[in-house]
Amino acid sequence: MSNVKSILIVGVGGQGTLLASRLLGGAMMDEGYDVKVSEVHGMSQRGGSVETYVRYGDKVYSPLISLGEADVLLAFEQLEAARYLPYLKKGGHIVVNTQKMDPMPVVAGNAQYPQGLLDKMSEQGANVLAIDALSLAEQAGSAKAVNVVLIGALAKRLGTDKEIWLRTIEKTVPPKFIEMNKKAFELGYNAE
Amino acid sequence: MKELLLGNEAVARGLYEAGVTVVSSYPGTPSTEITETAAKYNEIYCEWAPNEKVAMETASGASFGGARSFCAMKHVGLNVAADPLFTMSYIGVNGGMVAAVADDPSMHSSQNEQDSRHYAIAAKLPMLEPSDSAECRDFTKLAYSLSEQFDTPVLLRLTTRISHSRSIVELEERENYEQKPYVKCPQKNVMLPAFAKPKHVKVEERTKKLIEWAETSPINRIEDNGSRIGVIAAGSVYQYAREALGDTVSYLKIGMINPLPVELIKKFASMVDKVYVIEELDDIIETHCRKHGVSVIGKEIFPLCGEFSQNTIRQCMGVALPESSKVEAEIPARPPVMCCGCPHRGLFYVLKKLKLYVSGDIGCYTLGASAPLSAMDTSICMGASVSALHGYNKAVGPDAEKKSVAVIGDSTFIHSGITSLIDIAYNKSNSVVIILDNSITGMTGHQQNPTTGYTIKGDPTAAVNLESLCHAVGIPNVRVCDPYNLKEMEKTVREELASDGASVIISRRPCALLKYVKHNPPLRVDPNKCIGCKACFGIACPAISLRDGKAEIDRTQCVGCGVCEGLCPKQAIGSEQEVAEK
Repeated sequence: MSNVKSILIVGVGGQGTLLASRLLGGAMMDEGYDVKVSEVHGMSQRGGSVETYVRYGDKVYSPLISLGEADVLLAFEQLEAARYLPYLKKGGHIVVNTQKMDPMPVVAGNAQYPQGLLDKMSEQGANVLAIDALSLAEQAGSAKAVNVVLIGALAKRLGTDKEIWLRTIEKTVPPKFIEMNKKAFELGYNAE
Repeated sequence: MKELLLGNEAVARGLYEAGVTVVSSYPGTPSTEITETAAKYNEIYCEWAPNEKVAMETASGASFGGARSFCAMKHVGLNVAADPLFTMSYIGVNGGMVAAVADDPSMHSSQNEQDSRHYAIAAKLPMLEPSDSAECRDFTKLAYSLSEQFDTPVLLRLTTRISHSRSIVELEERENYEQKPYVKCPQKNVMLPAFAKPKHVKVEERTKKLIEWAETSPINRIEDNGSRIGVIAAGSVYQYAREALGDTVSYLKIGMINPLPVELIKKFASMVDKVYVIEELDDIIETHCRKHGVSVIGKEIFPLCGEFSQNTIRQCMGVALPESSKVEAEIPARPPVMCCGCPHRGLFYVLKKLKLYVSGDIGCYTLGASAPLSAMDTSICMGASVSALHGYNKAVGPDAEKKSVAVIGDSTFIHSGITSLIDIAYNKSNSVVIILDNSITGMTGHQQNPTTGYTIKGDPTAAVNLESLCHAVGIPNVRVCDPYNLKEMEKTVREELASDGASVIISRRPCALLKYVKHNPPLRVDPNKCIGCKACFGIACPAISLRDGKAEIDRTQCVGCGVCEGLCPKQAIGSEQEVAEK
């Protein structure tokens, strides 16, 4: 079990975390790993906080990630990264999109969006990589490629072969978007 | 070929491979994708039924006709389908019949966390419980052979984590199932008392034979790790236990939840010093063990409420938990909200403004109960809004009828609101029922229903005419109103509350997420006019926020529905062009 990697993907309902988890799960299955992906459907999709689990290795039992078990936390939004920090292993990696989205209590003026979250996560010993995925996606050609930018950044932290990912993109993306997505992946992969 | 399938998709694959030809279901999280995926196979006739009872009766009829048939539902759907379920247990099958029921521990998207395993015991039916997608496919196919071998419908029990987790399935070919001929046999298929009495005896004999099968079936298996500690578990909980405890304990993995084996459990208990039964929700396996004199540890250390994880098991069994940390800050909650442009928003705003008692129902619009709309007083189950409003008005009296409404979605109304509406008409309550017609089944992810004019496969079909239906059951006042038009909606609700006789208001506007719905350009706030009064916050639109004391509309989210425009006392909200011109 020790070789099982656990990736927790979090964001806001509607941001496309499901697609990222399927891309990741598919790539790891093609690599010959046992894979489990756990998704959230239904009520919490409506603009709520969402989490998706991806686990791969020689043999994966639980589809869930418990507190302190995630090797990598891939967050599409800052507040969600902070919310799910307890799931990260001590000294684990966080790849976080710097985008901020106000939740309803903040919108309604009943709560504050906390400041300095990136530093606060680093203070807890997490290796934080914060990237402006939206700008990089736009640089690649489409704001919709935020997903692929983040997957690129994740791929590097997982220490996986870049070629697997580029092949997965070729397989899953419509032909006319392949080059744009490859570019988005590279921008994410090389983000420091 | 290997595929990474959701548990639900794997069940659908099992239906295909087992040669199933008739599927009828009502959508319900977490079961919906089974039927959606089954509908993609041209070999399977597939439909959305108006409710789970109809679905199960359709599957029963298909079994009479000799086909392998299927229906799927969420746990609370089985309450609706319980009537045919109990009697089909007596009748048995011609073609194999399987019903899948998906429980929702932790209530990710449900109103209760009832344990469906009780139904298998109560209806005396075999129930299988897979623990990953490969087993979802395998157990589905096995369920059909058991159904035909033992002359019984078979229940397939899923939970959210099994239904909505992906794992690897090696695909197989479709079996060439030869449909059975129909043979008339009233003694088997007509449950008059005279025929039902001997059938009950047969059901009890069947259970004995099923227990014998359970004793030796490979789906109930011992994994002997030479430990003095034993764990009995099934479904996703087996996976959590393997994760938390590894090879430090031995396992009895249960694949058939009902009937449970007796000798196998005794044998397993004799191999170890201590037996733990780990099960989510109720103490079904534990009670069975105790009944047969096997001493086990169960609910005295494991919770009755909520979904488990590997950490639940570690914590309850005294195994060290992984280290974890958290940020030093208050993290505001992010609850689900009605989407931008949701047609329900305007209606709930009006209901709140009029300070009405709102009898609620099941769907996206149950979110109307959340602040700041806070416009819902009760919510029980599908269809209950209408009948519970009737009861409330009978109890509180004629004055209540002027200050109360029911809200129910189009799909929920078809599911089980119609009979309740008949109760209002027949038993003369002067109630006001609002049907939220958004032209789709929204909450479960856009399924067609009998009001939409399309089948599950997208073919055009007859559509229920809600206005005619309401008139036909005896409702004198039927009005249609656009919920984006707050003034008109308020006027309509006021008039119908004041009018004599029962009323139905159809609040009609398609779900803003439907692909064919055209959106207007996003609106914006003129910062020179905005006085920061927050009047526009009353509709709880996620696109509106406060920046530097002024309202601001997020261009990427706003769909230009215009509901907020009417709330602004300073006319500060408008289209890009309007704001520029003003």
